[in-house]
Amino acid sequence: MSDTLTSGGANAGAGSSAGISPSTPTLTAEPRMSVRSVSKSYTSDRGVVKRVLASVSFNVAPEEFVAIVGPSGAGKTTLLRTIAGLMLPTSGEIFFDGDEVTGPPERLALVFQDYSRSLMPWMTIEKNVTLPLRRKKLSKDEQKRLAAEALSAVGLGDIGSHYPWQLSGGMQQRVAIARAIAYQPDALLMDEPFASVDAQTRSDLEDLILALKKQYGMTIVVVTHDIDEAVYMSDRVIVLSGSPTSVRQVVDVKLGGQRDQLVTKSLPEFVELRNTVLTAVRRPVGEPSP
Amino acid sequence: MSAETLGVRRSINARRLLLPFVGLIIPVIGVTAWWILSAQKPSFYFPSLATIWDRFVHTWLLGGATAEIWPTLSSLFLGYAAATLVGITLGVVFALLPSVNRFFAPLLEFVRAVPGLALIPLFVIALGVGIETKIGLVIFGAVWPILLNTVDGIRSQDLTIRDTVFSYRLRFRDRLFRVVLPSASPQIMAGMKVSLSISVIVVIATEMVVSINGIGNFLLKAQAGFDLTGMWSGLILMGIIGYLLNVIFELVERRVLRWHRAMYEGNRR
Repeated sequence: MSDTLTSGGANAGAGSSAGISPSTPTLTAEPRMSVRSVSKSYTSDRGVVKRVLASVSFNVAPEEFVAIVGPSGAGKTTLLRTIAGLMLPTSGEIFFDGDEVTGPPERLALVFQDYSRSLMPWMTIEKNVTLPLRRKKLSKDEQKRLAAEALSAVGLGDIGSHYPWQLSGGMQQRVAIARAIAYQPDALLMDEPFASVDAQTRSDLEDLILALKKQYGMTIVVVTHDIDEAVYMSDRVIVLSGSPTSVRQVVDVKLGGQRDQLVTKSLPEFVELRNTVLTAVRRPVGEPSP
Repeated sequence: MSAETLGVRRSINARRLLLPFVGLIIPVIGVTAWWILSAQKPSFYFPSLATIWDRFVHTWLLGGATAEIWPTLSSLFLGYAAATLVGITLGVVFALLPSVNRFFAPLLEFVRAVPGLALIPLFVIALGVGIETKIGLVIFGAVWPILLNTVDGIRSQDLTIRDTVFSYRLRFRDRLFRVVLPSASPQIMAGMKVSLSISVIVVIATEMVVSINGIGNFLLKAQAGFDLTGMWSGLILMGIIGYLLNVIFELVERRVLRWHRAMYEGNRR
């Protein structure tokens, strides 16, 4: 574990200092999300304070795709739930579209790893997808239209009257994604969204998300433990350190806007990038970045 | 497909068709035995089933005491419905507001420990001997399983569901009626099932002690007047009512929890 990978990616554009390609809007626009020195501690019943996040800072630009990776046990899910406004940071601030996050932002949707538990089994697919829309001032027909559109955008046809448990895992996760899209968010946060589906479905869903991002112009932040997936999908990979978690390294992924499972993943740049990220993830605590 | 597999399939189909009737075997044998044995040597305390049946038809189906059924059933239903409403409402409040729960939990535990029937004298003083006392006692006896199961069902709600609900900023109304209550419904229904039996017990017992009408009152009067055939006919009526209530409850439960059953059958496959 402590062996540092030295071959390949050690000097391949590591760090954000390597420059930002002009196509990424990082520098010009106001960030969609801004995480500023966020830390989070839990106090156990016996009064022991456990520090999970230690001063995490990063920005996410509009329409950017950011992947967050890190060793297991790093507070990835805690970080995501904090960004989503489901828990408050112990210190630091989070801004969404310039407003401080004190609860779940309106223009943000979440997709969970556990699709079977995030869909309501007592509701039909259509009811599941329209559930978040009830908050918006829309007619019943309009809600149904949005649901049907979102379902067809994720490649599911006329299944509105089915129940979640009648579908395969991959289809259920598509429904969860459709529910997020129908909500018409500016940004999508995803927590290990494809960790519970088989490999084939996984790559299908990766491409689906990339296509949807283009179609709807959403900002996407995805937490994953799969480094190939992180590099393949994102514009930027944020590597977190182990507990307490902080940002260890930020890797720009300059693979262009057009990604393809076969072509992209066999590019030498892809291999270099994934080695860079892997090296950063595996680096033991305390060792300085190269 | 070979003839052999077809044969196997046919016997499986036959078995599936007969399966619902398997449960009838013991009751049919029991009733037949009772009928024959009691006809051999009828006694004053154990009249022949033929006589009891004759009495049952005349008393409960053709008039006689049909009027006694209504007071029992109406207080049973009103009390049970009120217990359900109160139990679920309080359960929601306690589950969603832990501070309220902490405040009232000791009091509730104390009140719950008092046997409902011990409160008959108190209720009679407060409400008299009419339907109000019966309804009140049914509520008091039947509310606990529903209340506790509702609290439990809501508390055990999945964290992912909770995160989903909050991140999509559902209104309280939608959260309660479309997510919280449905997700707790299997437990709530289990509590309601227990409460239904309790309600029947409480209503009959109350009628025996304080009421001037109803099936419980009829049973006690029959026994006191040495009309044992009448008493037996009343017992058979109560058996039938209890059984029918259970059948109706299960039909409703099947409808309400269709998703729950289908989900687990689907997972097992």
